[in-house]
Amino acid sequence: MNSLRETILAGELIEAHRPWPRAVVSRELWQRAAERLHAGEWALLGLWGEPEFAHLAVIERHTNECAVLSFACEQQRFPSIGRSHAPAIRLERALRDLVGLEPEGLADLRPWLDHGKWGTRHRLEQGAAVSAATHGYPFLPAAGDSLHQVPVGPVHAGIIEPGHFRFTASGETVVRLEERLGYAHRGIETLMAGAPLERAARLAGRLSGDSTVACALAFAQAVEAALAVQVPPRAVWVRALLAELERLANHLGDIGAICNDAAFGLMHAQCGLLREHTLRAAESCFGHRLMMDRVVPGGLGCDLPGDGEQLLVALVALVRSRFPELVELYDNTASLQDRTVGTGYLAPALAQQFACGGYVGRASGRNFDARCTPGYAPYDRLRFEVPVLEEGDVNARVWIRIREIEQSLSLIEEILPQVPPGAICAPVATQAATGIAREGMALTEGFRGDILAWLRIAADGKIERCHLRDPSWFQWPVLEAAIEGNILADFPLCNKSFNCSYAGHDL
Amino acid sequence: MRRLLFKNLVLGPLTEPAPAKDDAAVAELAARVDRVARRRLGRTLAIREVDAGSCNGCELELHALSNIVYDLERFGLRFVASPRHADVLLVTGPVTANMREALERTYQATPDPKWVVAVGDCALDGGLFAGSYACIGGVSAVVPVDLHIRGCPPSPLALLKGLLALLDSAASEAKAG
Repeated sequence: MNSLRETILAGELIEAHRPWPRAVVSRELWQRAAERLHAGEWALLGLWGEPEFAHLAVIERHTNECAVLSFACEQQRFPSIGRSHAPAIRLERALRDLVGLEPEGLADLRPWLDHGKWGTRHRLEQGAAVSAATHGYPFLPAAGDSLHQVPVGPVHAGIIEPGHFRFTASGETVVRLEERLGYAHRGIETLMAGAPLERAARLAGRLSGDSTVACALAFAQAVEAALAVQVPPRAVWVRALLAELERLANHLGDIGAICNDAAFGLMHAQCGLLREHTLRAAESCFGHRLMMDRVVPGGLGCDLPGDGEQLLVALVALVRSRFPELVELYDNTASLQDRTVGTGYLAPALAQQFACGGYVGRASGRNFDARCTPGYAPYDRLRFEVPVLEEGDVNARVWIRIREIEQSLSLIEEILPQVPPGAICAPVATQAATGIAREGMALTEGFRGDILAWLRIAADGKIERCHLRDPSWFQWPVLEAAIEGNILADFPLCNKSFNCSYAGHDL
Repeated sequence: MRRLLFKNLVLGPLTEPAPAKDDAAVAELAARVDRVARRRLGRTLAIREVDAGSCNGCELELHALSNIVYDLERFGLRFVASPRHADVLLVTGPVTANMREALERTYQATPDPKWVVAVGDCALDGGLFAGSYACIGGVSAVVPVDLHIRGCPPSPLALLKGLLALLDSAASEAKAG
């Protein structure tokens, strides 16, 4: 009994779950799932829970099938997945903080999102207990001669999100980096519980502001899957425009920012200008620079205006005319290459193990893009390439982004003439109260990687439980490995080349 | 690189003219800011940004302020790396419980006279996150706020208008004093 399908068939299938199956499985099957993950046959998509259940979302590598396995907790305990599959460790620590489920056998039981400041703990559970977290947080030790520690954050020197980095260094060389996150924890999952769909969609769009379109899209697709809502074709195509604009804006801004961290201001200035043009085009077309709250369950909250096609064609032409010489500049500047080539190496094996999404995974040989696998409309009818490199350094991550900018430009050109006329939103709010609970799940590709949304809509049409998993969950841990052996001064460069989301991770 | 630099040199500046200052912000400042403090600050302001749990949308637009289109530094406004160098704390986010202490300590590390600008709807009253167990809800619940710049997120122009109002009121007070 090895395949994902067999595992699901052996469990108790939950009928209300769409589009992929969910089954409540036995302790034995749950533990075998951990073995499959450890063996690399399955990849971890997410791990979350409710007071009675722990849920595990996985994708089988050779079949690309997705499924959710649920474990009925006995006395709020479940066998730890993180014990044998490291990528689950932080998810389990967070689950312990937020829901109060105990991962049996997990070695690292330090609170993760809970810093001991909430007053109460296990917010998703009735009758909350007092927080177990205390002020002290023991960092992992590093032993050796002449080691010193450098604490950084949560307030950083630049305009950066809050997080703490504890470096142990030998001279200039980083021996160990340990991250401590959770500073941006806003309690999104608890705010979602009991919220009407409209409010929950706005919350989802603020999981991580730079990925607002992709997050809102994941949420909307999960709602649409749960309620079996058909999204009007026009909305499907225009959504892809929004998503590609978001990808374009982020990649442009970040390539410039990475070069800026290597003290090369010219790239920063030029890329920043192209990003600004992209955001202005987004505002002209959709009324908001970051396109927040434009993707809603059922379709879109705004339409592509009459002159929208013209504006976007002009934007693509502008970026096409300026970007190639910037790429040439990046590639031909030895002092810049000296900083990015070979820096912050992420081994392909580690990228595979952690199922790193986005450019982090693709620069280290992991060929995964949620637009293709499991895939969603309209990308099944679009031709585009997913760039993959093996080098795994800062330079490779920059090149993946350069290639993705080119792909997004082509995609926008390809989408525009195909946008069909018609309605932009199917009624969802009126259909949500079905009298029974329904569950939906979706995986979308943000600029940073794949975003998972899972939710249950209660009989009254409100969100009962929603879990959003940002790609950063599987990228933050490997940054700790990528920085090892690099000099401290290269950390901003490495960090920016990963550009993990603090807010998206902290929930 | 030389070709690109030369091209940019003859192209002329891409920076856009300054927007008018925000009248609402001027009114809020006039009501709140101590005259003595304004006199001392003069014509330049050093800004320390603190993300107190924002979704990072506000940070994106704050970054945009430094691009060549808005070019914040031409007004004498600049972001600095330490609160000890700052005149202004610019705070975003609904102030998560986990960031409260860091915000308080950053405020205490900023020398007097100092101003606090709360940026974004979350920083005003918690915004969408108001009522969460994990959020204090609004910057003014933790440190005194002199100016609110609203928006989710506020556009660079809105940010610029608010900050220019701050600068102008400081400069005019300095002259009057």
